[in-house]
Amino acid sequence: MNAEPRGYWPPLVAGVALGLVLYATFMVTGHGLGASGFFARLAAATAGVVAPEAAADNAYLGLYLKGNPLAGWITWEVLGVIAGGLIGSLVGRRFRPGIEKGRGVSSPRRLTGAFAGGALVGVGSRLARGCTSGLGLSGGATLAVAGFVFLIAFFVVGFATMRLVRRDWS
Amino acid sequence: MTWPLYDRGMIAALSLGFLFGLVLEGGGLGSARKLTGQFTLRDFTVVKVMFTAVVVAATGLWLSEALGLIGHRGVFIPTLYLWSIAAGGGLIGAGFSLGGYCPGTSAVGLASGRFDALVFIVGMVAGVGVFAAAFEPILPFYRAARGPKGQTLEQLLGLPTPLILIALALMAAAMFWLGGRIERRFGGPITAAEVAGAKRQ
Repeated sequence: MNAEPRGYWPPLVAGVALGLVLYATFMVTGHGLGASGFFARLAAATAGVVAPEAAADNAYLGLYLKGNPLAGWITWEVLGVIAGGLIGSLVGRRFRPGIEKGRGVSSPRRLTGAFAGGALVGVGSRLARGCTSGLGLSGGATLAVAGFVFLIAFFVVGFATMRLVRRDWS
Repeated sequence: MTWPLYDRGMIAALSLGFLFGLVLEGGGLGSARKLTGQFTLRDFTVVKVMFTAVVVAATGLWLSEALGLIGHRGVFIPTLYLWSIAAGGGLIGAGFSLGGYCPGTSAVGLASGRFDALVFIVGMVAGVGVFAAAFEPILPFYRAARGPKGQTLEQLLGLPTPLILIALALMAAAMFWLGGRIERRFGGPITAAEVAGAKRQ
């Protein structure tokens, strides 16, 4: 496990490969790749267990809870993503259990940032009706205006926010 | 039209997801440091990979339609809701800089053993809960400024698709050239060895 990791694929290779996988996804399913939809379903399933009545009454989560919230294409897709990431990191000797953080950053600080960042992404992905995969990549590939509006907002605010948190990633 | 297959079964989903995860991990997009390197300008992998993928897939879809393989608008095209999509995209950009991932890459980070990716995912689930709690009050905002159904750049700009594809490809090439210069100036790009802590550049 501590063996020298294999290098990452060159960005052009990874980009062409990702484009081909995305194209294949459109040809097979009629839509693109996604991710945040799974986490919305996971949240609905969690709320359904923790507070079933409040969750069922909720105008947003209630829609997911009419059936099994986890029963859907996106659940299998994300499980596939996890399997692909696991196999890739093991074969590439890049699997590293632990907390990834910038130099000199404490673990509690990094995990607080991870939780807070995750919460912002959770709200944002529901507001936008998708994420970097579903709207940015897949929407972009169909040349949807929605995809490009998403990407512009993502990059502009991402760069602006990094000015505030830069020392966490030095 | 025999394409798309409109196959939404488990095997197709698992297989395509597997390839998606394999490519993201291979490109280094399961590493929070490499991902956030995009916004510290040390690593342009995110922009390079995304831009290339969009150009390749968009060209494939255009060719497939031109060859009569798929029908006109045979695939799902999202509809613009200007304010909620801009605000949501911005929140994801902010959360990405702060938390180190976006939803798909957090799944890859988790698969590569990263505990911070798991915490990010717990944060996302909590964030969906916050959104759901506030859903009814924000409904007018959520539905505001709706664009034409599945509007594309061709329709918005009134330009032929090949011209848009060429423009995007030229922009992608510019990103590779400019991004490569910028990331080297900041001591990048970030290597797998650096992420693993095996050695520092």
